[in-house]
Amino acid sequence: MITATKFSQTYNFGFIDESTKKEIRRKLLKAVAIPGYQVPYSSPEMPIARGWGTGGLHATLSLIGPEDIFKIIDQGSDASVNACNLRDFVKRMTGCRTTYDTAEATLIQTRHRKPEEILTDKQIIVFQVPQPEILRRVERYEAKTRQMHAEADYAKMWVALYESYVKFGAIMLGAGYPVRVNGRYIMTPSPIPRWDVPNLSMAPCLHVFSAGREKRLHCVPPFTKVEPLEFEDVKFHVEEFRDIVCAASGGDKAFMDEIYESETSRKFVMNDSNFMDKVRAGTRPPQRLFTNPAA
Amino acid sequence: MSSSSPTSAPAQVAPLNDADTGWLLRVRGLSKIYGEPISNSVQYTGPAHGTNICPETDAIVACAEISFDLYPGEVLGVVGESGSGKSTLVQLLYFDQQATAGEVQFQAIDEGQTNILGLSNQRKRHTRSNLMGMVYQNPRDGLNFSFSAGGNIAEKLLMAGNFHIGRIRERASFLLEKTEVPVKRMDSTPDTFSGGMQQRVQISKAIANSPPLLFLDEVTSGLDVSVQARVLDLIRHLQRELGVSMIVVSHDLAVIRMLTDRTLVMKNGRIVESGLTDQILQDPQHPYTQLLVSSLL
Repeated sequence: MITATKFSQTYNFGFIDESTKKEIRRKLLKAVAIPGYQVPYSSPEMPIARGWGTGGLHATLSLIGPEDIFKIIDQGSDASVNACNLRDFVKRMTGCRTTYDTAEATLIQTRHRKPEEILTDKQIIVFQVPQPEILRRVERYEAKTRQMHAEADYAKMWVALYESYVKFGAIMLGAGYPVRVNGRYIMTPSPIPRWDVPNLSMAPCLHVFSAGREKRLHCVPPFTKVEPLEFEDVKFHVEEFRDIVCAASGGDKAFMDEIYESETSRKFVMNDSNFMDKVRAGTRPPQRLFTNPAA
Repeated sequence: MSSSSPTSAPAQVAPLNDADTGWLLRVRGLSKIYGEPISNSVQYTGPAHGTNICPETDAIVACAEISFDLYPGEVLGVVGESGSGKSTLVQLLYFDQQATAGEVQFQAIDEGQTNILGLSNQRKRHTRSNLMGMVYQNPRDGLNFSFSAGGNIAEKLLMAGNFHIGRIRERASFLLEKTEVPVKRMDSTPDTFSGGMQQRVQISKAIANSPPLLFLDEVTSGLDVSVQARVLDLIRHLQRELGVSMIVVSHDLAVIRMLTDRTLVMKNGRIVESGLTDQILQDPQHPYTQLLVSSLL
């Protein structure tokens, strides 16, 4: 009797079919070769809606192998709904081991944060990006922004920063601060807080930024210079959590979440859940901290 | 190339000598044709035919075979009716549009050895932001209305590699003061300004990097007479102070008379007469110029 073996396995390893994975990997190689340059890619259909982390999944699933250990965080937390669902999905589609431990993971997918702990050259971090085009804030047309990138014509971006400083006395960009990569392209670091921006520069790990809805991916390869845009007299600053300690772990010097308890009181807890657990356990992992320039 | 051959140029156009030196900008055979030109498009159009539309293909010959020299510190007027190609001419020189044919040499670039129309986009932009300035008839073409007046000037300074906010603001205040815009209004957007103020902000932006060459395209059209007079006064004052060369496009002979040393008269995309402004206004040779001068109110 003939048995149909072709469809005995419901999905390919990592859900995406091999030829599409190959296409995404080729685009990733191109993105690594041209740091900060947005490479268009296929963005195949996923079982979640575009804009809900599909870009991150594409990169993750085309990079992941059976021996990888996968970690996924959403706003620093391993336990948020989006992270849990995507973790379950990746686990079901690959059978890979998953972890909460930042140091143990070989592949980390993230939304809105880079872990506090220093990542090594054995790790790849994949950022989910909602809007890969940093110039979209100042220029509506895609054809125009692509030309601006091609010619390194970033005056409009600079004017937007100037305007922000003049209007508010500071550059009011909490997340997604524009950075120049390898002295050439200006890119969005995805909506990570300014706190994380200096940690992209000269880092040993590979950063992959992937936007599923916009069908673009870009990379910051290991040991690549990433500079936030700043003026000679108005420098880039990270968030300062002066005199603030984490209510759960008692630690400081990490990106904090502000939690309102009642109408009168509030407390702060570390945003990176795995980092907080380690601090609480008394094994604070190595961190790279940025010191703001003196005013 | 002999653009001064007697057959192609009418007698009213002063002959050009390619051996002349000391020029700042040299334009030879500049043409812009929209649509599908055929080899005879240029021949079938022009003042002799009273049209700039090619009868065979409907291609529009916006300007053709424009040749002139501009000298340092000189103010050159371009006058003509609407549709005569005068705005197209400055837009070609400022790289707003791509020329169909012709050569432009600019002393500030490779000492005038290069045809600047063939530069890379990057060098064109550098030239536009550092070595040229443009004031458009409509401030909305020259200013970004979502940025403040100071931000608009800052754009030019940032393009030139000035990344110090303190110094940018100092320079912007200086320029606004010079053009009589209240410095207090520096951080307001231009749409809260009057037309005359918008025009003055545009002038500040154009001269932000002290370029050697300035294009003024119908700067005072659309302003009321008293504001017109002040803007013209300002331009004349700046010209004297900075010694910048200018190409002033206008359909208004009064503006041309007030500002310019030398004038080109254009009709149907061609230069029909050129010479000293006073001479052209006193003793116009070409029938079209005579008509223009006689219709001066």
